Amino acid sequence: MTGLYIATAAAVIASLIASPVKTLRAVKMAAVRLAKVLPTFIVMMALFAVGITLIPQDVIHRMLGRESGAWGLPAAAAIGSITLMPGFIAFPLCGALLRQGVTHMVLAGFTTTLMMVGVLTYPLESRYFGAKVTIIRNVAALVIAMLVALVIGLVHGELTP
Amino acid sequence: MKPRSAAMVYVIMILAFGLFIAASFVGGYEPGRRIGETFGVTMLDMLKLLPCAFVLIALFDVWVKRETVERHFGQGAGIRGYLWGMLLAGMTVGGMYVAFPVAYSLFRKGASLPVVFAYVGFAGVCRIPMTMFEASFMGGLYTAVRLGVAIPLVIVSSVILGRILQRRGYQVTE
Repeated sequence: MTGLYIATAAAVIASLIASPVKTLRAVKMAAVRLAKVLPTFIVMMALFAVGITLIPQDVIHRMLGRESGAWGLPAAAAIGSITLMPGFIAFPLCGALLRQGVTHMVLAGFTTTLMMVGVLTYPLESRYFGAKVTIIRNVAALVIAMLVALVIGLVHGELTP
Repeated sequence: MKPRSAAMVYVIMILAFGLFIAASFVGGYEPGRRIGETFGVTMLDMLKLLPCAFVLIALFDVWVKRETVERHFGQGAGIRGYLWGMLLAGMTVGGMYVAFPVAYSLFRKGASLPVVFAYVGFAGVCRIPMTMFEASFMGGLYTAVRLGVAIPLVIVSSVILGRILQRRGYQVTE
């Protein structure tokens, strides 16, 4: 978290030196956008709090934590492939789940497929690329997403044989 | 639903939730209290991160103009085509719904098939706002590993798919 603060502060200072006017415009833009998403965000966090309290901790760990084994990642990838969710909702949700003991690998399976694989966008994509190419592209994206998740699991020490 | 009425629904939901939590604390309803505590702790955690993510995204928007990237697109062959594709994908807002029409227009403007597919892949991998959110909430290592693994794989798969289709005279249609 400190890294984020340092990076943001550095970016703001560099921008201020280059152009105070542009920087002010950016900060205003950020404030307006933040205010716009805040209601959605609060509702999402409320739903998260209800869900996470009602579902026992050990069930979450068993299904999506370290003990989930070979089951958690495919499940997360399936959910990510099917759902459509903006990033400003998905990542805070994943951040909160991370604190509840869900592994980086499972969350990576969810977020990468969410962004790369589109089952619900199939009708739109196939209009441009045709059915065959759309399917090939999405399968390739799914494979890439799974590889990404496995490497993330490996790097975070969650992949134990 | 109109945006305004959608916002009203959210406000009503938030008020109802607040009332429920307050009542739980006053009446000593244990699950309600725990929900309230979890909500408070997570919300506070998130509020520490959200402003940073939004400021970084806005700074990027202010300093990098999409038109500049679009103007340069298609000029560079080879590796430069992929770099511009990555930059353009980084600035794609709204996700895949926007990426497909853009891919079509790139194709019509003469971008090669491998570059078109790479652009679509990058749109799922390195959109700037998404990446900022990700790094803020999941950590820099997570984001670095994801980009490091996904970008080369997207390029390789796009080159393979693009070259095979090019040989068959494939066209992106509308």
